[in-house]
Amino acid sequence: MNFDYNEEQQLLADSVRRYLAKSYDFESRRKIVAGEGWSAEAWAQFAEMGLTGLPLPAECGGFGGGAVDLMGVMEAFGEALVVEPYLATVLAARLVARAGSAAQKQAILPAVAEGRLKLAFAHTEKGARYRIDAVRCSFSGGKLQGEKAAVIGAPVADKLVVSARGADGIGLYLADRVPAQPYRTIDERLAADLVFSGAPAEKLSGGLERVEEAFDFGAALACAEAVGAMKFACDTTLEYLKTRRQFGVPIGTFQALQHRIVDLFIEAEQARSMACLACSKVDQAGDARERARAVSAAKIKIADAARHISQESVQLHGGMGMSEELKVSHTFRRLTALAGEFGDADTHLERFARL
Amino acid sequence: MDLNYSAEELAFRDEVRSWLQANLPADLREKGERYAHFAKEDLMRWHRILAKKGWVAPHWPKEWGGTGWNVVQRYIFEEELGFAGAPPLIPFGLNMCAPVLLRFGTEAQKKRFLPRIYNGDDFWCQGYSEPGSGSDLASLKTRAIRDGDVYRVSGQKIWTTLAHYADWIFCLVRTDPTVEKRQEGISFLLIDMKTPGITVRPLILMDGAHEVNEVFFDDVKVPAENLVHEEGKGWTVAKYLLGYERMNTGRIGESKRQLARLKEYASHLKDDVRFRDRLSRLEVELMALEITNLRFLDRMRRTGQPPGADVSMLKIKGTEIQQGLTELMMQAADPAANDELTTAIRKRYLSMRKTTIYAGSNEIQRNIIAKMTLGL
Repeated sequence: MNFDYNEEQQLLADSVRRYLAKSYDFESRRKIVAGEGWSAEAWAQFAEMGLTGLPLPAECGGFGGGAVDLMGVMEAFGEALVVEPYLATVLAARLVARAGSAAQKQAILPAVAEGRLKLAFAHTEKGARYRIDAVRCSFSGGKLQGEKAAVIGAPVADKLVVSARGADGIGLYLADRVPAQPYRTIDERLAADLVFSGAPAEKLSGGLERVEEAFDFGAALACAEAVGAMKFACDTTLEYLKTRRQFGVPIGTFQALQHRIVDLFIEAEQARSMACLACSKVDQAGDARERARAVSAAKIKIADAARHISQESVQLHGGMGMSEELKVSHTFRRLTALAGEFGDADTHLERFARL
Repeated sequence: MDLNYSAEELAFRDEVRSWLQANLPADLREKGERYAHFAKEDLMRWHRILAKKGWVAPHWPKEWGGTGWNVVQRYIFEEELGFAGAPPLIPFGLNMCAPVLLRFGTEAQKKRFLPRIYNGDDFWCQGYSEPGSGSDLASLKTRAIRDGDVYRVSGQKIWTTLAHYADWIFCLVRTDPTVEKRQEGISFLLIDMKTPGITVRPLILMDGAHEVNEVFFDDVKVPAENLVHEEGKGWTVAKYLLGYERMNTGRIGESKRQLARLKEYASHLKDDVRFRDRLSRLEVELMALEITNLRFLDRMRRTGQPPGADVSMLKIKGTEIQQGLTELMMQAADPAANDELTTAIRKRYLSMRKTTIYAGSNEIQRNIIAKMTLGL
């Protein structure tokens, strides 16, 4: 039993935090968001630090890491509200690593590890909500037909992993980028709706169970990212309670506010525990049921805590919490998005009860 | 990161589990299942079974009967007791008076009291709260005046759990009402409940049970040798006890047992989405608390630091979960039923409201976290 990162994981998380503190502070991030919505310079640094290759196999230039190895990185990204499509890229790259042919892997993964390629996982379709088997996109004769929506990272992705219905049910396909209608998500990330009208694609192995596994991996890391964002929200709100003065005293002297912020810290601890569980089980679970149960439980807790902490951190900041100028309002936006990413609380309550 | 117990820890757990299976008397287990009342004889019978095995006070130093287990083993043991449905071990002697004596008592006091606590010869209760001193404990007024070889004690304690069973009571009393800092006028006294001048009066709670009492002291003469630590240092003793390693505050094992029970009991509601979601959220909260508890324990094992305000968080979450479980249990019961078990389930809902109030109300626990952890 051990709940800490190992030395390697801790060193990596520390160096990511150092980099973000130096080069990805709130002002730098604001400039990135106001510009193209991602930073080539930051991406090159992620690659330099080994992040883009972290979950990829060693023979493809990666480090063979699991969810726990990525957890500290995702926490740091959550604290800094990183907008680059990192999770989208590693999620799709991991699918290629697990389901691709030797040639596909060699063509894509070393380039991802080196930071030369970005990927996206095009799965969600309009109206599907969080049902992962609601796929209408189709594949036949080597070509994809249909539409995908809200694909995170798609506007800058070089390659896509796309779910579609083929001859033997839902499968995964590797495609080049297609023209995209880009937009920004509520938390300022790049996303796009995609139309496939006969785009050529290559089949990857596996079916729905692989999509589900990828979603669990993504959900576990979204939990870790949320834990980082929650930590920032709690810390900055505590700081505000200590410095903001009204009625001649710091507002943190008021018991009504003290008890509320204590509850936020308790929720953040509980959420962290569940993120640990989800990441550990994604790496180590004996079977799919055990993994899915842990991830759904974690996602329920993280979604509830994300809502509670984001809402209260804004409320306790008063008017300033609403202001676009303060990072806490952007953390609110990220936590709101993360609460629903890879399935909201209701979706996971449904799955948890079935398992 | 590895959330699993080690092979040694699992072997230890299995040893404890199978011993409990073989040695927890069926009638006591069954009483717990019915949510029936444990009589004094029940509590002491179980205490003595554990004492005979050498497991009644694992956290004590080995020379006094402790097992030498590390914090994780102790946690596993306590969780297994809860999970098996064993009667509670009454904490006042084992977990409160004894640690105080071990830390502050004289050799004579240790020799006199510890073996009797261990063997279950003396039943202890705790004299802290007073009618005017609940959360504001330091305002207590029960007066103890030194008179030669004795303290003469007068005043009143309230909410005294199981005082009607007790042979002894440890009390916070005011020995000096004149000091400016009121904490400095408080002392820690051990009082024989058979001493003339003590009256115990039952307080019946809303579930109809007699568990707590008022204890009146009318010029009770207490030998001065029963003072623990120095006169005026009672608050130091009380604070030590608050920070004492109570890592079972969350009562995870007991709640896991109740959750399993609830799932079985409420199986007729498994397709009721509203009920099911509430049950799932409670289960998730318990899963999270178990890991949180283990994280704190792991940190404690590695740093050797006492848990401090972590315990407050475990108390808040643990009691909220316990109450949530009893509430869902009551809701799962047939509203038209009036049998013994259903009545016990309803009464248990009433009774468990105490958990967020006793042992430092959850509001006081939040104050502690605000002050100690958050620096507010």
